[in-house]
Amino acid sequence: MNQPVLLSPLLRQERMPHIWCPGCGVGVSLNCFVRAVEKSGIPQDRIHVVSGIGCTGRVAGYVNVDSFHTTHGRALCFATGLALSRPDSRVVVYSGDGDLTAIGGNHLIHTARRNVDMVVICVNNFTYGMTGGQVTPTTPENMKASTTPYGNFEYTFNLPALMEACGATFVSRWTVFHVRQLIRSLEKALKHRGFSFIEVLSPCPTLYMRRNRLGNPLNMMEQFKERSVIRNGEGTAGTSLEEGADLIVGDFIEVRRATFKECYERRMTEVLGERFVPYEGVR
Amino acid sequence: MAERKGIEVSLAIAESASACNVDCIAAYPITPQTHIVEHLSELVADGELDAEFIPVESEHAAMSACCGTAAAGARTFTATSSQGLALMHEILFIAANLRLPIVMTVANRALSAPINIWNDHSDVMTERDVGWLQIFAENGQEAADLVPICHKIAEDKRVLLPIMLNFDGFILSHVVEPIEMLSRDEVANYLPPYEPQQRLDIDHPITMGPVGMPEVYTEAKMAHEHAVRSAYGPICEHLDGFAKMFGRAYHPVESYKAEDAEILFVMMGSASETAMSWVDEVRAAGKKVGIVRFRLWRPLPVADFKKAIAGAKVLGIIDRHFSPGGPGGPVAQEVKYMMYGEKNAPKVVEVVAGLGGRDLDDDAFNNLFDKCSKVLGGGDVPPFELIQVRGGHYGKA
Repeated sequence: MNQPVLLSPLLRQERMPHIWCPGCGVGVSLNCFVRAVEKSGIPQDRIHVVSGIGCTGRVAGYVNVDSFHTTHGRALCFATGLALSRPDSRVVVYSGDGDLTAIGGNHLIHTARRNVDMVVICVNNFTYGMTGGQVTPTTPENMKASTTPYGNFEYTFNLPALMEACGATFVSRWTVFHVRQLIRSLEKALKHRGFSFIEVLSPCPTLYMRRNRLGNPLNMMEQFKERSVIRNGEGTAGTSLEEGADLIVGDFIEVRRATFKECYERRMTEVLGERFVPYEGVR
Repeated sequence: MAERKGIEVSLAIAESASACNVDCIAAYPITPQTHIVEHLSELVADGELDAEFIPVESEHAAMSACCGTAAAGARTFTATSSQGLALMHEILFIAANLRLPIVMTVANRALSAPINIWNDHSDVMTERDVGWLQIFAENGQEAADLVPICHKIAEDKRVLLPIMLNFDGFILSHVVEPIEMLSRDEVANYLPPYEPQQRLDIDHPITMGPVGMPEVYTEAKMAHEHAVRSAYGPICEHLDGFAKMFGRAYHPVESYKAEDAEILFVMMGSASETAMSWVDEVRAAGKKVGIVRFRLWRPLPVADFKKAIAGAKVLGIIDRHFSPGGPGGPVAQEVKYMMYGEKNAPKVVEVVAGLGGRDLDDDAFNNLFDKCSKVLGGGDVPPFELIQVRGGHYGKA
């Protein structure tokens, strides 16, 4: 058997082959990510990847950097602790829509609100893949899931709008078709100070697409290509993923606001003056 | 006698819950439980079960929603596993102390870290003290039958407690077994419609779950302890009732070839069925060995257990969870508690095995049997040991 040749030292050869299904987009997003890390110039030993549970959660096991595979929904909390105690490092949370927006939704809104300095990559495949295709807060209306066999009747999150409202200072959405744009966006996010959120729309051929008769993964790539309209720098208004509407992608928000750590230090300095000694992180 | 049909045990449990005509199911996907609630969601969507299915956003939300539906007087069912059960932890106490008769199947699975989706009993054993009734199934038929039995017990006005129905993840949950399924009519004969004792009702307002000051907290705990302990009678009654109606008899403690056994293995869950064939082989070689299994774990069936082990010289206990740095596994701890001060109490040899999906096989049984045989021959009782460790015990090899 020929071993696949990995193009980046940021991936772990010995962990291949990975578990993702043929046609799944998580691997594409991961390739974009490692390229973005290489372009950013951040050294391998200065980056941490934190994942929750799920198909995308497996990323933590495949990256050749310090990584932390945590519990379902709590990746952001682990990452907050890590980011605050290692301010000299870049912390990346790499997880799926079910993990980050459902069971971890509480932490998502608060980590964004605090503008904790980290990058959150949310691979949105519209379902819980690992457990068999149940409905998530991002399953589009009327689409089928194993727990909504006649179609989802709940309202759906528009994640970029949610993140903007919560105070995220870098907000993007791309699809796994937009590999160049995604790499560029990830690179920008890695260099951004504050809470960055990047939604990556991705096909789940095995559970989501098959159940909804959406064809093969290439069909979804075509959809991503044909339906998407790039709208950079114009905020998140009108970006919801309603059926039939344009699929709005782009780097929607990029603003500089004091991070959680900067806010904390500013307030403590105001109150305590010279008595306040900023925490410089573990050595 | 009904026809036996091949069905995945998880689906049998879901069908059984459907036959119980449950009103509400709130659940979150977690391996290896998922097929149960997934199938229930299909039954609800297809109109075969007139119930609310609530696909919540976490297990914490699932158990909270179950408390809400049970408080409203709905027959409530859910299922979970491992991390999901752990995430429910704080609400489990609330369901128990508010006396909400929720039935929850737990597909037993190991806890992180390291992340492990396979079977052991660390999820349920760490929830031992939440004040739920706890019952273990040995095989798929038992698991399916215990669903209506659990509803009957939980909703009995003398009981009114939530109940956890444990069955081994993957080993049972994902296996297709020949199972005699009960029809909805048959279950209806056994399980009458649920009539809540108390519920949130706008016309007859009550408050559930308010602050219990130090003046009343101890009394509330006493009432709860009394309720769990005295659930034993109704549990036996409803197991007997099921046996009379359907011909399958279940008891709080079960034995296999225990009558004349000098060495008795004590275990829980599906492993005892594997151990039966091992016992047959060892018996054929002339060794007097048998099995005792707890079906009921809370309330602890002390008298049944003592009766089941009467005459045994050595008990060999297999735990599938343990307390690191503590006194070994929970089954062994409780057996020792029951034996302490007893005249002619058997010696207790304990091992921890079958963790995180490691098979409990003949090697494990032989290992424990050797230890028990040495004790039977007059040797000292060894300390608890985590067996099946590659390269041997820590500090050796």
